[in-house]
Amino acid sequence: MIKNREAFLQTIATQLGRSTPSLTKPERNWKHLPQHEVLKGASADELVEILVEHCANIHTTVKICTQLTLKQTLEEAFATYNNGQIIYSEDARFEQLQIESFIAAQQSFKWDPTQGDMNIEIAERANIGVVISDITLAESATIMLQSSAQRGRTLSFLPENSIAIIPKSSIVPRMTQAAQFLRKQSHVASCVSFITGPSNSADIEMNLVVGVHGPVRMMYIIVEDV
Amino acid sequence: MAMKISKNKFNDRLSMNLDNDFMRSAVSSAQHRFQTRRSTAIESLDWEQWRNHGEEIRQHVLEHLDYYLYELSENVAARGGHVFFAKTAEEATNYITNIAKEKQAKKIVKSKSMVTEEINLNTHLEQLGCEVIETDLGEYILQLDDHDPPSHIVTPALHKNKEQIRDIFTEKIGYTASSQPEELAQHARQILRQDYLTADIGITGCNFAVAETGSVCLVTNEGNADLVAALPKTLISVMGLERIVPTFEEMEVLVSMLTRSAVGQKLTSYITVLTGIQEELDVDGPEEFHLVIVDNGRSSILGGEFQSILQCIRCAACVNVCPVYRHVGGHTYGSIYSGPIGAVLSPLLGGYDDYKELPYASTLCGACTDVCPVKIPLHQLLHKHREVIVEREGRAPISESLLMQAFGMGTSSQSIYRFGSKLASTAMKPFTSDDKISSGPGLLKNWTDIRDLPSPKKERFRDWFDTHSKGGRS
Ligand code: SF4
Repeated sequence: MIKNREAFLQTIATQLGRSTPSLTKPERNWKHLPQHEVLKGASADELVEILVEHCANIHTTVKICTQLTLKQTLEEAFATYNNGQIIYSEDARFEQLQIESFIAAQQSFKWDPTQGDMNIEIAERANIGVVISDITLAESATIMLQSSAQRGRTLSFLPENSIAIIPKSSIVPRMTQAAQFLRKQSHVASCVSFITGPSNSADIEMNLVVGVHGPVRMMYIIVEDV
Repeated sequence: MAMKISKNKFNDRLSMNLDNDFMRSAVSSAQHRFQTRRSTAIESLDWEQWRNHGEEIRQHVLEHLDYYLYELSENVAARGGHVFFAKTAEEATNYITNIAKEKQAKKIVKSKSMVTEEINLNTHLEQLGCEVIETDLGEYILQLDDHDPPSHIVTPALHKNKEQIRDIFTEKIGYTASSQPEELAQHARQILRQDYLTADIGITGCNFAVAETGSVCLVTNEGNADLVAALPKTLISVMGLERIVPTFEEMEVLVSMLTRSAVGQKLTSYITVLTGIQEELDVDGPEEFHLVIVDNGRSSILGGEFQSILQCIRCAACVNVCPVYRHVGGHTYGSIYSGPIGAVLSPLLGGYDDYKELPYASTLCGACTDVCPVKIPLHQLLHKHREVIVEREGRAPISESLLMQAFGMGTSSQSIYRFGSKLASTAMKPFTSDDKISSGPGLLKNWTDIRDLPSPKKERFRDWFDTHSKGGRS
């Protein structure tokens, strides 16, 4: 439901010197588009390098592995965070990366829309959340997650430790490419999160504190999948 | 909290704040750190091109604001959301309190939002009997401290030290550990986590609304906005009418500029784009979503000589370079909007009666204009305000040269003075007769005191200023 729109838009139109509000989409003829120049032409390996380098600035541990060593890398990652309850999304890529059965064999829970609020309860007490990045931004070392029934929004927020698996093929130069991707979707997910490292705050004397509301620790595992 | 944060007059606020040593050194070091981080974050970019693009996007949106608001509202509705256009603060708070009544809400969690402070939303909800919890750590601290006003638009609790924060936590929320920021934050985390899980309504601001998809984009480092938006069944986002972009592509550019300009990060930890209500089978996310679009004086700025101030993306870069903000701190501005952006915007939204001195809290040095990511000519707008005020009042409420001398800028810091006089010389012409310091009546008297009389206040201020300017940071 939309309320009070007509009068509100009329006021704006009048201020802008129009007799009635404009209902035609304006042309966007930008003179400057500097965002397309950033990391233009960088190779896949260069993007990985940039991403890895930036992880040091965002308090994020980063590992690189191949599909063959992914399981072992993940096992070590779980151990680093002292194992415990794991929660992960329902995502066909776990199977494609051949780690689905390994994760299922741990003390783990797969996000399950038929279980309703129980998902949130488990996420809240889980020690580790595991997700796979949909698009990864090299420039800022950012993962992008689109929410769905199979991957709730809180899955990557509530657990104290967060592990993001980054298929090398998901890495793009920057947010520009992610924005273009999202614009092409016929339906945008109800929540698209761009996540760059663990939650933090500098609100107390400008001292950086890591782990305020969301995850306290974050790890990226880049998988050479191509 | 409303936009106006103090009943005291400008000169009283000024003398109170000049007495606050911790505040001033905190502000000074914060400015320094913000500036360094920002410079590092933009060094690999062709920043001038980015600023040109940022400016053209914001100007385009303002020129077509009627269309984009129309498109935005259509798309929010298409995804199951409600849109309420509020002409006044009162209409906005009435609408939101009615939702709270209807939901019989007991607990409301909020993420940081300047516009909800501007419309004094929390007070209205509290009068209804709701518990309203600010979840941004800085805002949370201020709220616990009996609603102490924010002193900076990005880091609102900048004026408090960690010992003060520990004392507030001890008194208000049974805290027993040390003044270590980590321990303080950990305690807040535990308490707030329960609040997210049990709240009836979540309220967020809106960094950018995307017209093409009806999305609301939220930018945080803490991740609090995400939990506010994901857990309660009802979500209300409140935005100023100008905070809109055409598509994800422009959103992306402005987000990148905002995070760099505000905190010197390529992106903050969480950039979250919310579209509509939860979808079939979704477990989390709101079942009901309301977007409240607030005018509250903004539309009258459109089409006039101050229109460009609506380009603002609230990054506070101008605040972080302002020599006057550095000396007087955020509270002196008497508005939730402080620094150069506050000095331009507060008189427009709150009226000259309350804010006529603010355009004079500037040396017109132009550092704000140079740093603004969307190229708002801030110092020119301040100058314009002065012209309007002089025309209206027949005189300046305060002399600019006196102001600069009061801050010790004329003598103690050559560089700031030079900076300041670049534009000030022309801007000051109408007021040169006010140069005679000892004859200043009323408001001017305070400046006279600061400059001429050997009061303890003056000594401390000078000492402080000297130390800091010798450190090369002024
Ligand atoms: S006026 Fe410019 S620099 Fe100041 S807060 Fe707004 S966008 Fe940032």
